[in-house]
Amino acid sequence: MISPHGGKLVDRKVPFEKKEEAIHEAAKMPQIVVSPDLARDVENIAFGAFSPLEGFLCQGDLDSVLQTKRLRSDLVWTIPIVLDASSTALKGIKAGDTVALVDTTRLPFALLEIEETYPLIKKEFVKQVYGTTDSAHPGVAKTFRMEETLVGGKIRLIDMLFDEFQRLRLSPVETRVLFKEKGWRTIVGFQTRNIPHLGHEYVQKTALTFVDGLFINPVIGKKKQGDFKDEVILDAYQTLLDNYYLKDKTVLAILRTEMRYAGPREAIFHSIVRKNFGCTHFVVGRDHAGVGKYYAPYAAQEIFDEFPDLGIVPLFFRSFFYCNKCQSVVNEKICPHDQADHIDFSGTKLRGALSKGDVAPKELIRPEVAEVLQKWKEPFVEG
Amino acid sequence: MTSIELPESLYKRIETRIKDGKFASVSDYVSFVLREKLVTEEETPESHFTKEEEEKIKDRLKALGYL
Repeated sequence: MISPHGGKLVDRKVPFEKKEEAIHEAAKMPQIVVSPDLARDVENIAFGAFSPLEGFLCQGDLDSVLQTKRLRSDLVWTIPIVLDASSTALKGIKAGDTVALVDTTRLPFALLEIEETYPLIKKEFVKQVYGTTDSAHPGVAKTFRMEETLVGGKIRLIDMLFDEFQRLRLSPVETRVLFKEKGWRTIVGFQTRNIPHLGHEYVQKTALTFVDGLFINPVIGKKKQGDFKDEVILDAYQTLLDNYYLKDKTVLAILRTEMRYAGPREAIFHSIVRKNFGCTHFVVGRDHAGVGKYYAPYAAQEIFDEFPDLGIVPLFFRSFFYCNKCQSVVNEKICPHDQADHIDFSGTKLRGALSKGDVAPKELIRPEVAEVLQKWKEPFVEG
Repeated sequence: MTSIELPESLYKRIETRIKDGKFASVSDYVSFVLREKLVTEEETPESHFTKEEEEKIKDRLKALGYL
């Protein structure tokens, strides 16, 4: 089985027998309220999905990630996992203190051992992470809304928060046991934030042809307006798998984190997380984790050249489309026909058809999946 | 940053090798090659859970329908 990133799967959970004590202690501590998405990242750290991170980045590591795309330890790390807090929340709190992290209902779910507080230089942050300072970029806009101070330190998770999709949530230890039980030695991870169309199926099955198992791992969490809702994505995937995939070759489980839309940097981050789940390979398509026209179409593939020590093999796919003459899903490397014979898998086109109540064309989407999509009255994230 | 010593001939060979522009300097090239080498040597043997933990996990995976 592939080693986790950094060689060891991080475990920052409070042991079961010490939970009561931790809850009692947390009730007496100063509190920092964290957003639902940050709370999920605390869980990801605690369960090892973000190994080798044991908490929120301190300044030295953040600077290193921004400048070199590596932690101070030299390990590849491209997306800063940081916690911002207001000066009011931090009043009277200093390095060395332990605080309780609470969710929006004020329920303490984790502890944070504060190592340092330091200023967030927003312009520098967004320039490095997103490659732009344009506030129309969702990641930039989010950063500009953050507090001015960051808090670095190790976390300890007391309890997981309620999750409506708990049934589809597996930890890295669980996926590793699962892959081992299935006898898979090579596993390809597939990241998605979309409903599955025939192009995705083509990529997944092509990749699966060369490895033992396929791990479909949709990102469930905050997305931008117009994206498909999480429950719609999962419903569609479950239906596709039930009808068109071999059960002993495919696993569907979710990753609870937000989309950052950081393109190339996020592609590396996504592959590291899947490596922690036990994947040996990772699919990177056109404009992975992109948004608008902020990144070149294949920048998210080219960035892998910078990291010979990533430890997971990227599988690059070009654009794919349906060809009326080939009568199948193809890509530019294998189809000799004219562009006029091609139908693009355009998300915009699919969304447009669904918004008007039309049935998605069978060349783009499986009829069973189209049926699922039609049953949802409001399938898209609203603003 | 820190310095290491390389035989002059090797340094020159790398200088010639990186003329295609993929690497900005000999240092970049050497760092790349060493990282590539290190990642294979740092692979650790599988042992991220005890037998007891593994059985508990299998029970959960069965209950969820994964096994």
